[in-house]
Amino acid sequence: MACNASSCQSNCYRDEEQAREEAVDSSTNPVADDNNQNQNVCVKCKSNEPMSATGGDDGRFCADCFRSNLYGKFRLSVTSYAMISPTDNVLVAFSGGTSSRVALQFVHEMQNKSQKNFDASRDRSLPVFGVGVAFIDESSIVPVPSHEIDKAIQEIRLLVSNLAPPRKELHVVPIENICSSNSSDGRDRLKSLLDVVSDATGKEDLLLHLRMLSLQKIASENGYNRLVLGSCTSRIACHVISATVKGQGYSLPADMQYVDARWETPVVLPLRDCLAQELNILCQLDGLKTVELLKGSCAGINGLVSSFVTLLQEENPSRECTIVRTAGKLTPFHFNRIPENNDSNLLSATRRRQKRYNLKPNESISSESFCPICNSPLNKSDLLRLSNLGSCQTSSESFGAACCSSCRFQILPNDPSSMENFYTLLPQPLIARAKHSSYGNLSLLREQIQDCLVSDSEDES
Amino acid sequence: MLAVEMKEAAAKPVKAGGRLCCICNKRRAALKRPKTLEQICRECFYEVFEEEIHQVIVENQLFKPGERIAIGASGGKDSTVLACVLSELNRRHNYGLDLFLLSVDEGITGYRDDSLETVKRNEIQYGLPLKIVSYKDLYGWTMDEIVKTIGLKNNCTFCGVFRRQALDRGAALLKVDKLATGHNADDIAETVLLNILRGDIARLSRCTSIITGEDGPIPRCKPFKYTYEKEIVMYAYFKRLDYFSTECIYSPNAYRGFAREFIKDLERIRPRAILDIIQSGENFRISTSTKMPEQGTCERCGYISSQKWCKACVLLEGLNRGLPKLGIGRSRGLNNDRKKGTKESNAKKSIESKQCGTLDF
Repeated sequence: MACNASSCQSNCYRDEEQAREEAVDSSTNPVADDNNQNQNVCVKCKSNEPMSATGGDDGRFCADCFRSNLYGKFRLSVTSYAMISPTDNVLVAFSGGTSSRVALQFVHEMQNKSQKNFDASRDRSLPVFGVGVAFIDESSIVPVPSHEIDKAIQEIRLLVSNLAPPRKELHVVPIENICSSNSSDGRDRLKSLLDVVSDATGKEDLLLHLRMLSLQKIASENGYNRLVLGSCTSRIACHVISATVKGQGYSLPADMQYVDARWETPVVLPLRDCLAQELNILCQLDGLKTVELLKGSCAGINGLVSSFVTLLQEENPSRECTIVRTAGKLTPFHFNRIPENNDSNLLSATRRRQKRYNLKPNESISSESFCPICNSPLNKSDLLRLSNLGSCQTSSESFGAACCSSCRFQILPNDPSSMENFYTLLPQPLIARAKHSSYGNLSLLREQIQDCLVSDSEDES
Repeated sequence: MLAVEMKEAAAKPVKAGGRLCCICNKRRAALKRPKTLEQICRECFYEVFEEEIHQVIVENQLFKPGERIAIGASGGKDSTVLACVLSELNRRHNYGLDLFLLSVDEGITGYRDDSLETVKRNEIQYGLPLKIVSYKDLYGWTMDEIVKTIGLKNNCTFCGVFRRQALDRGAALLKVDKLATGHNADDIAETVLLNILRGDIARLSRCTSIITGEDGPIPRCKPFKYTYEKEIVMYAYFKRLDYFSTECIYSPNAYRGFAREFIKDLERIRPRAILDIIQSGENFRISTSTKMPEQGTCERCGYISSQKWCKACVLLEGLNRGLPKLGIGRSRGLNNDRKKGTKESNAKKSIESKQCGTLDF
């Protein structure tokens, strides 16, 4: 929830985006004077009893208004940024936690509504977008007893099938599949890959990148054209701080916009304006079943950051919003929006429906090169290093040189032999991505003429 | 043969009662360098410490030959080490600078009077002329008097606003070209985080600049931008520098803000994090369409101000008219138009470590 002006401590300058947020808020967050006289009714509908039990701002709403307010934020993001259009096929990443549970619920409700509209309309011109669900099984890394993981997957199957109609396909994919099609081989490779990374934070982040790769793989193999993540304000606030701490200030704006289309399947964050606390309340309120698997608590920097942000949020309930809004003002990249669809098949009605608040093209940064590990855009100093690649001999060396400085520090091993080992263990899609990037061309050329080159070592011997 | 030699080399430091310095490989390591965790000897520490600052000065062209430079000197560790290192580097590398010490006397009995004694000793130790400007002379009020009038709430706002201007005025009196302050890497990393937490995009965009106020009367620079606080303390400790380490009596019990605490925790698990935060701050792309406050001059005293009157004049007017709340918080003051920079005073208290506004440059 955007902080209302009376509690906002930040020196923010209002821009259009905020004005819009406020327009939404003012409809849901009436002025405090109004509700002073009648404390015991919901501040919005003024008839039902507020859910005072939850306390805080949310407690002033009744359950219905709270729910519709939250759904409103979701829907506003979806329509404002053209996240989902009728012809889309949407994959929802479901971890079992509350945020992705709500994302799944809301996408389902939206699909359900458009299905009803479809059934009711005479010409049936607007098709209903498709929805699939992806669950990445990480039991090979987090030690969970196999009967527990089986039970959890059973629960997820039940949960997804209960969301129909329309039917949603569930994809349960073990994370090690990204390393090899053979599951036991993949498990070994993934384990040894993670073992090479010595930094606890680096290991955690590498896993995060692999998770995204897995989701992208599922999406592209099954014909999805959108990937919905349940990242909420609280989660993004943590990412803003931890990216800052890891020296990723340049690429940070790429990760925290509503849309991130640098991937083959564009990633959208419709819950970007919802707090974790609100999502938890909704799950309790509606009895949305979550499947909590034994998640290892965050280690290192990420753990420290998340407890820091929690502390700040307790001290000031609008802090997470402020953090996200600050970072939201950093200049985004050209891929932070859904590519304009000029397809003539797209009905003008659809186009009218999409209230695109897209970025002016000249305001965003265009970037061509990405870190092959975290896929973050490379900044000038990274590119400078990349342009000096001529001296690199092995493909693992040139791979290392193509990574961003943050990944080089916290993920890549220092000594050349571990680096070689690390490189051989890397999942194929990741290597392929590296080859695609600008350095790839160079090393590809180099590989072709490799036999004709005289290396330094040969000279010496 | 080789193997035997290597064994000996490995055994030697154990005999000597500790590891060898990993830079010179001769002397016994005396400390673990906070920035890199290398074990090095004292002499090498002095050298890398001073050399890094020299490189920062050269690479960023902080000074030009023949310039007059004032060092903002509070008597605390940062400014004392800055005075010591700058005078040494000036001599060693022939910067050709005229260095001065500039102190502000806020008029706080039991704190500033004592620390000024330290600065006066530094004046002799480093042979740098000292200029002291006092709140009493500039504004007609000492901090003691201000606290007597307004109490212990918001007094740091007065002190911070007044100090900023006092430093500029003192620098003008000394006719210096630049003012060097002792802000260290920890301070800057903290400022970056605080500006994110507060949503202050305008300050976020300029808080990592090593030179600020180039369009103003006297530019300021931070030679310690990449120098860790711990290393400054270490340098002062090993060199037995004479500095004053008492906290201000009006901002007592050394309250450590969340942000500072967080940075210290980060440093513990990843020393590089402080530099990474600064790097992030430097690399943030701030859209040009973000509104920045327009700079003008105060109609009353001519000091730079984005409003009709500068903050110091507003606060002073309030004090003199017996309305000390004027210009504090969200109450409507002389600058009726929308103002910034004041409303953060409440939030500041809990998340920021230095309440005295020393970061608000």
